[in-house]
Amino acid sequence: MSLASILVLIGISLGIHILCLFPGARRFRNPLLLIASIIVIFWLQPALPIRGLDFWLPVATVFTAVLGWILTSKAEEREPARTRVTAALIAATLLGIALTRYISNTGILTPSRPPQTYIVALVLLISAGIFFALSRVKKPARALLSAAIVGLILIFLALKMPPLTGLASSVLRGLTGQSRELAAAFDIRWLGFSYIAFRLIHTLRDRQSGHLPPMSLEEYLVYMLFFPAFNAGPIDRAERFIKWLRLPLTPEPHHLEEGGKRLLLGLFKKFVIADTLAIIALNSTSALQAQGSGWSWLMLYAYGFQIFFDFSGYTDIAIGLGALVGIRLPENFNQPYLKPSLTRFWDNWHITLTQWFRAYFFNPLTRFLRTKARWMPAWLVILVTQLTTMVMIGLWHGVTWNFVLWGAWHGIGLFINNRWSSATRGFAAQVPERPALNGLTNTLSILLTFHYVTLGWVWFALPDVATSTQVFAGLFGLGALP
Amino acid sequence: MNYRFIRNVILKGLLLFLVINFAWALFEGTNSSHFSLYNGLLKGRERLPYGDNPAESYNLSLYDIDAMLASHRLNGTPKRADEYRVIVLGDSSTWGTLLRPEETLAGLLDAAGMQTDDGRQLRFYNLGYPTLSLVKDLMILEEAMRYAPDLILWPVTLESFPRQNQLESPIVANNSARVNALISNYSLNLTPLEENTSFWQRTLIGQRRALADRLRLQIYGVMWSATGIDQAYPADYTPAQRDLENNEDYYEWAPPEIPENGLAFDLVSAGMRIAGEVPVILVNEPMLVSEGENSNIRYNYYYPRWVYDEYRQAFNTACSTNGWTCLDLWDAVPQEHFTNTAIHRDAYGEALFAQRITESGLIP
Repeated sequence: MSLASILVLIGISLGIHILCLFPGARRFRNPLLLIASIIVIFWLQPALPIRGLDFWLPVATVFTAVLGWILTSKAEEREPARTRVTAALIAATLLGIALTRYISNTGILTPSRPPQTYIVALVLLISAGIFFALSRVKKPARALLSAAIVGLILIFLALKMPPLTGLASSVLRGLTGQSRELAAAFDIRWLGFSYIAFRLIHTLRDRQSGHLPPMSLEEYLVYMLFFPAFNAGPIDRAERFIKWLRLPLTPEPHHLEEGGKRLLLGLFKKFVIADTLAIIALNSTSALQAQGSGWSWLMLYAYGFQIFFDFSGYTDIAIGLGALVGIRLPENFNQPYLKPSLTRFWDNWHITLTQWFRAYFFNPLTRFLRTKARWMPAWLVILVTQLTTMVMIGLWHGVTWNFVLWGAWHGIGLFINNRWSSATRGFAAQVPERPALNGLTNTLSILLTFHYVTLGWVWFALPDVATSTQVFAGLFGLGALP
Repeated sequence: MNYRFIRNVILKGLLLFLVINFAWALFEGTNSSHFSLYNGLLKGRERLPYGDNPAESYNLSLYDIDAMLASHRLNGTPKRADEYRVIVLGDSSTWGTLLRPEETLAGLLDAAGMQTDDGRQLRFYNLGYPTLSLVKDLMILEEAMRYAPDLILWPVTLESFPRQNQLESPIVANNSARVNALISNYSLNLTPLEENTSFWQRTLIGQRRALADRLRLQIYGVMWSATGIDQAYPADYTPAQRDLENNEDYYEWAPPEIPENGLAFDLVSAGMRIAGEVPVILVNEPMLVSEGENSNIRYNYYYPRWVYDEYRQAFNTACSTNGWTCLDLWDAVPQEHFTNTAIHRDAYGEALFAQRITESGLIP
């Protein structure tokens, strides 16, 4: 996101904040958040070469969220009148966005000119009919919820695997009468799908397990599409989010103070520190250009800090925007590079993603192995669960060998960390009693963890295994860089 | 915490911002140009900063000549007693488009390890800059004189001479004070540029672009130091045209003669005056002499034959009339050794050019 885009989002949040200074207007906060979120999805969607796709993908985002609500809400808990108002609001917003085609030939709220209005209206009508029919189903079968999760994972894979994305692009180009020969994976970039998929799977799974609190359509959609966190997280939990959403926003100076501080901090981290470090950070071009291992290390350190400041800067901005509209988003980073073990690092790096995987992958897998594969020794269960969880996290970033290796790097690291902690438990218990030794081991542990994580970024930052291994060799002076 | 406190914070912040801006305008001005991490923390650049694609070239174009020179190796190399310092001026062909620093004219001559009769080592510094304008050369020469050169090597081509083009390039247009001082001090036959010397222009806000460029120059210096790369080398490029148009026009000039005062030889005279006692070798640099279609009318994309022949005649006349030391090497490089323009040579072509200069005996 550009600085200008973020300034506009700050303007929207401040506008809602100021509106809520008037007690009579406070009830409009949630509908305004919904409208603003829908508009922002369209506005931030990158332009795509396939005709109309940059309009229909945001529409699909909204419809997927609506479908998620239908599947996860209990019929008896729905309030028909309230649902109709929200549905009308969604339809009006989408239609309003489509109507901007008559104001400009290039697109005002959309990356390109929206499609013909009658087509949009027709799609809205048909979708409303389908949604209405689906909503008549009293209780979606467990299998249907599972099918929805599988469907989301398949879409996710299609978006992350270049051959599949290329194939999808070819099909879509055929449908729009464009040349199939020009189809490329880059043609389909669905803004925010990774994050919305996580939120959807979370609500679908919690619905299956009966943990999901009842939510209105408006609340569910604001949770799914909340514009400060839509694109880069944090991945809040629904029950936590709606607690704040249900609290009326009574603007207080501390909202501005908290929001302002986090926004300034986030803007500084992202646009001053991260963007500066990006110039010298390791990338696919510079990886093999460094003249000496010292420079390779410098580029790698720059990458490690760049990715941290970039990502945590965005989180600060999201938290700041949330504070302005009265939503307290969860923290996503807590000084991860200052943690003395890899386990602690992952407790403090992209916290909401880690927690999501822990809740919906690691814990169920561990339970499964401990109950269904009793022959496996404890250490093997730990290895399998750590390794697969981290590989899954890697694959979430992209379906490439390098992300698999990055995940495996951390999975193995976590396993070693776990075994080491078990083996040295007795010694570790005595260390705090000796301050000098405690300080020394803590410092060495932080340095070791930081460097393990930093070396792992080699897999993450580079596109292929061959380049990564060359960089590893260069870092340790083992191979001559070209 | 109340709204009044927040209002006060915002007002104080604004006030501080204004004070810093005014203080910058009053006390600092453009003096920060000389600040540089190059030649200290970072390796000095082999040629002046220039580049359209910083992400690939680790280089960028800026208009601050002080900052540009501060980043150059020349700025961090104290002149030793046994050094005979040669500064090489010129356009993009001197700078070395598509050439690595060691393949440029200055790089090749430097690597030749030449010595003067009294045993001093000849050291060559590339101060070429990719703009065809003699005024630009004068601006750089004026600054370069601070580095005590013993010899100036000044390759030129006709495209640098038309009077009407002198002030067109961005680096010239954005250095109006320097240019106007040159026009005034050396009575150049050019119309002074409009100067923007307002107070507002000197504030942090007014200088934000220049400051950002200077900062970026320092940051890209890390990548230059790390990689030794200072320009993007495309895997492929469009070669200079060999088949030419059947057209004899050169700007608004038509055969048979260049208009009087059309070529700015007075700027070369100014250069000689700037150099003072330091000898200058003026070189008419090699250009592509095409053998393709319509090559009987034009030498290359830039030059119809008639205008270039006229220019050469004027060049040689000016040299002999004024007693300048000149070398006319216009056809020293075969056409197959030019790259993407009619004046950009490949590494072999540059070596031929360097060899001809060395063989001329003009370099001590």
